[in-house]
Amino acid sequence: MEQTERRVISVIVMNEASVLSRIAGLFSGRGYNIESLTVAPIPESKYSRITIVTSGSVRVIEQITKQLHKLIPVLRVYEHADLVEKEMAMVKIPMSESMGDIEALTHAYNGRIVNVGSDTMIVMVADEPMRVNHFLEAIKRFHPKEIVRSGSVALER
Amino acid sequence: MQISGAQMVIEALIAEEVEVVFGYPGGAIMNVYDEIYKQRSFQHILTRHEQAAVHAAEGYSKATGKVGVAMITSGPGFTNGVTGLADAYMDSIPLVLISGQVPMSLIGTDAFQEIDAVGISRPCTKHNYLVTDAADLPRILKEAFYIARTGRPGPVHVDIPKDVTAQIATFDYSKEVELETYKPTTKGNTRQIKKAIEAIAHAKRPLLYLGGGIINANAAELVREFSRMTQIPAVETFMARGTLRYDDPLLISMLGMHGSYAANMAMSETDLVIGLGARFDDRVTGKLSEFAKNAQIIHVDIDPASISKLVNAHFPIVGDVKNVLEQMIPLAKEQVDPKRYESWHNTIANFNKLHPLSYTEEGDRLKPQWVIERIGQLLGDDANISTDVGQHQMWSAQFYPFTRPRQWVSSGGLGTMGFGFPAALGVKRADMERVSINITGDGSILMNIQELMTAVEYKLPVINVILNNNFLGMVRQWQTLFYDKRHSSTDLSMQPDFVKLADAFGGVGYRVTTKEEFDAALKDAVEKNVVAIIDVVVNRFENVLPMVPAGGSLFNMMLEYKEK
Repeated sequence: MEQTERRVISVIVMNEASVLSRIAGLFSGRGYNIESLTVAPIPESKYSRITIVTSGSVRVIEQITKQLHKLIPVLRVYEHADLVEKEMAMVKIPMSESMGDIEALTHAYNGRIVNVGSDTMIVMVADEPMRVNHFLEAIKRFHPKEIVRSGSVALER
Repeated sequence: MQISGAQMVIEALIAEEVEVVFGYPGGAIMNVYDEIYKQRSFQHILTRHEQAAVHAAEGYSKATGKVGVAMITSGPGFTNGVTGLADAYMDSIPLVLISGQVPMSLIGTDAFQEIDAVGISRPCTKHNYLVTDAADLPRILKEAFYIARTGRPGPVHVDIPKDVTAQIATFDYSKEVELETYKPTTKGNTRQIKKAIEAIAHAKRPLLYLGGGIINANAAELVREFSRMTQIPAVETFMARGTLRYDDPLLISMLGMHGSYAANMAMSETDLVIGLGARFDDRVTGKLSEFAKNAQIIHVDIDPASISKLVNAHFPIVGDVKNVLEQMIPLAKEQVDPKRYESWHNTIANFNKLHPLSYTEEGDRLKPQWVIERIGQLLGDDANISTDVGQHQMWSAQFYPFTRPRQWVSSGGLGTMGFGFPAALGVKRADMERVSINITGDGSILMNIQELMTAVEYKLPVINVILNNNFLGMVRQWQTLFYDKRHSSTDLSMQPDFVKLADAFGGVGYRVTTKEEFDAALKDAVEKNVVAIIDVVVNRFENVLPMVPAGGSLFNMMLEYKEK
């Protein structure tokens, strides 16, 4: 077996209705993995940036980038290791937990409490995906009710 | 010019110099058909099934190199056409398919004859469009033709809601296509080409591996020049048949699953594969780890994604094979010594002598291979050959004496039964001077038999030669070889009377059991110049050989099969 590795691929695409289905369909149709996928328009342009976290052998990753390139509305595909990569997560926690401890913990992961309701509070962190994993591990002791992750976004250095 | 969306479709087709559209009307496309009725610039051929419309457009495109055009309605009309789209996609055939769609206001409501057409066609087209505003239509249609024929060619699907075809907007077709995100590479990288030529000059046993991309690029003449000049022997893929003449001493034969022993051995022994417009398909390579094991690989292809997809290329060259050959030929002239490969030629000649492509005549029953050779002897260059899919297709690729590119039209990638007859109609429409033969099987022919009517109505006298073995022969062969002769659902003893069938549609039919009868039938069919079925009774249990069992190595061929 060829070794598989995790890769972040940025795709710059035309802002058009069908483009996301083309990319998602390419991945499912050719049997490539998607660990996460984010998409948002690039400000003041007619393009969007899609950030895909995937894994595969060197050959598969090469095929993915080539196949992405083949799609007509794709302008550029960036696939390299030297990236600044961040992900956001939000967690809903019961008010019965210690707000001070939670505040301190989230602070350590670039985060804070962003909403306080009568029964629950919501905290957010934004950090490298691996550190988000650590945070979500650590937050367990405060009995989180719901967790949402944004998926990675990345920029080349 | 302020015109309706439907009129724009007509104007665009005229601007693209389309001479024939294959199609089938229906509710959602009626506005466009109304405009077709009013125009005199191009012919519309009404096939009797939407699938046939798309295959006919493919056949027309394969024969001419132009973009084929098909037109169908929404819902079932569209889904019937999908097989044709997929077929064109797999074989890189330039095609524009225009389909009607329910009005915009009904999209998403599960309206009558509504289906998410672009959702379905996305994975089997090079690109597709759902037109939401008639103002976009001129640009989209122009892009569709441009995308279909440039780069690696392929089908483009344009889905137009009915209200968009009624909408009035400005039509301006003069603007050049400008796609910031689509710029196919056509010139090969000069440095890579230099390195490739050096590798050729130093190789002892180089082999040209010719693929269908050569036909698409109209580069067969250059390939002939290159091989003559360098004296490098060649194998052809199924899709590349006709690139070199059948009697060219440098052409070994087809390679792959049903390639010749010599072709497959040459590929196993070569020290340098020169891949031109071929894509290392699994039916060609057999077991990948054993494929051309001793060789370095030069791979010229217009599609970067085809390079190093399956077999790692040492000299990847992205570009149009015609341009690349134009760049290569002067360099090769200087650097490659054509006398260098004599012992390699001898080796190949020995392979050929050892196990030539052949079959044995036995008893009274006609051998299917004989029928194909005989068509070649009687018609040769005067015939264009289409086929359906199965044993007859492989025998045709093995035994027909091809003399020129675009003479051979067959569904290679998708392997679509029912392709042959409608494709042969498109071929005939493109080349009325030559005889259009569809070599088919008793299974395949029934998959688009309704096209007899189209052939009669539009005077497209295709000659269908059924190699009738009362079996789904290729599946039967695999059952015999790999499933211990359990012939599950492949016995086609129950058959129509093909002679009466042809007659019922207004064509002419023959049932043939001897060589004399076959000669007479073919001669008569050519003279009568109406659509024909020649139902040839052939040996039931003939196998396509030699054969590389799926996943086996090319050098490990099954050369004969003896009944146990």
